[in-house]
Amino acid sequence: MTTDLTILGLESSCDDTAAAVVQIKNGRPDILASVVEGQTALHADFGGVVPEIAARAHAEKLDGCTAAALQKAGLTLPNIDLVAVTSGPGLIGGVMSGVMFAKGLAAGSGIPLIGVNHLAGHALTPRLTDQMAYPYLMLLVSGGHCQFLLVTAQDQFQRLGGTIDDAPGEAFDKSAKLLGLAQPGGPAVEAEARTGDPKRFKLPRPLLDRDGCDMSFSGLKTALLRARDAEIASHGGLFRQTRSDLCAGFQRAVCDVLSEKLRRAVKQSLTQQKITGIAVAGGVAANRDIRSALEAVASEFDLPFVAPPLSLCTDNAAMIAYAGAEQFVAGRRDGPELIARPRWPLDQTSAPILGSGKKGAKA
Amino acid sequence: MSSHRITLQSHSPQNTADIAQALGQKLRAGDCLLFEGPVGAGKSLFCRALIQSLQDTPEDVPSPTFTLIQTYDTGSGEVWHCDLYRINDPFEIAELGLLDAFETSICLVEWPDRLGNLAPQTALHVALADAGSQTRDITISGDKRAWAERLAGISHAAQ
Repeated sequence: MTTDLTILGLESSCDDTAAAVVQIKNGRPDILASVVEGQTALHADFGGVVPEIAARAHAEKLDGCTAAALQKAGLTLPNIDLVAVTSGPGLIGGVMSGVMFAKGLAAGSGIPLIGVNHLAGHALTPRLTDQMAYPYLMLLVSGGHCQFLLVTAQDQFQRLGGTIDDAPGEAFDKSAKLLGLAQPGGPAVEAEARTGDPKRFKLPRPLLDRDGCDMSFSGLKTALLRARDAEIASHGGLFRQTRSDLCAGFQRAVCDVLSEKLRRAVKQSLTQQKITGIAVAGGVAANRDIRSALEAVASEFDLPFVAPPLSLCTDNAAMIAYAGAEQFVAGRRDGPELIARPRWPLDQTSAPILGSGKKGAKA
Repeated sequence: MSSHRITLQSHSPQNTADIAQALGQKLRAGDCLLFEGPVGAGKSLFCRALIQSLQDTPEDVPSPTFTLIQTYDTGSGEVWHCDLYRINDPFEIAELGLLDAFETSICLVEWPDRLGNLAPQTALHVALADAGSQTRDITISGDKRAWAERLAGISHAAQ
């Protein structure tokens, strides 16, 4: 990107409300400020993340976040060249709050407006953090998503495969709950797995026997539940070591599935074109075992591996600002007619992933 | 309000999908299905099969646990697939737009206990219980006047 731009990014599509200021100078992006509110709403008592779903809550926080981001950046609204807002997919109330706020801001100040796909924000993050060149292969793996994307341009995403049921982050959370571990489940299972034997329990590797890059994690959770119940039935409880072994077995299964499917996604990408590297994003990328398993696959193919810092892997507005900037430079614009889209698949041309059902895969 | 109850047994995920499809054929806008059963009982599998069977071109039906709600356009109208697992205050139900959707769409709700007294009176309850290995006991129940006639023939799907 050769145009110098200062972008205000806004994100409110799920639990968090976020605002960020990103500046692009001589083609290099710099995050001047990134404010995320709502992550304090982690309540172990409820066995999961308590969502700030209320549109009202987002609406109340958006102006505060924006003011805080501008202040941290040392800028005021007239310094901003573009307002980029997540306009989908996500919870309609939250997305609408963000879009309305951004429209108001743009109309009142005369600054151009652009609506950004939340998933495009994640998918373009390796360019924000590492200036990764197109085309690259992206694994987006989080609480709500799991998909392989071949990213060829700022608006070109080809989905090579994804989960047909649960996302791995969700499987970690639910497994932690089944084993009486704290939430969020990812770090809890990872810590417990450290002292466990991954080979003691034979857990399935769903869909590994099938061609392609689709994945399934729902059956793994059910298998874990059965193994737990069998242990409880024969010992009247769960030994601490058994719990560690179950966690280790579960984590190893997730690692195996993700790395084998990544291997296939790389091969599939390479049949189409040369790729510059492999990138991963999403909260699950914070898991060290998973990260090193994926890294190992990248080195098998002699490809660079990029994993942005966790603060930019999870929901944030800097990625929205950056993705908006790339699309703006490419000529896209939105006006007052911008609408919130609760459903907005990144790749609307690839065949859908089918789940268990008449025509689908067996989970 | 007297209740109408059907008990079925499924012997495989495919069998559960067949039952879901048969039930899906009976649904129309304004119907609400409440899914009960523990983790791993097959609630999401049931919903996925039902939604995909209503679509001309079946599309992805990912778990709504994190996103709370996923909506789909189908031949029978809009379908809302909801997972209220993460909801802790019934006040949030209205914020999600679910009360309006109960009247205008087909709603499939997992973890419906979070609805409190906001659940529609004529909602159909679908309970899935793990009966060992791949076997699931499926109990479908609802208000007799609302459902008895409409659910006729559904038992054949389990054969």
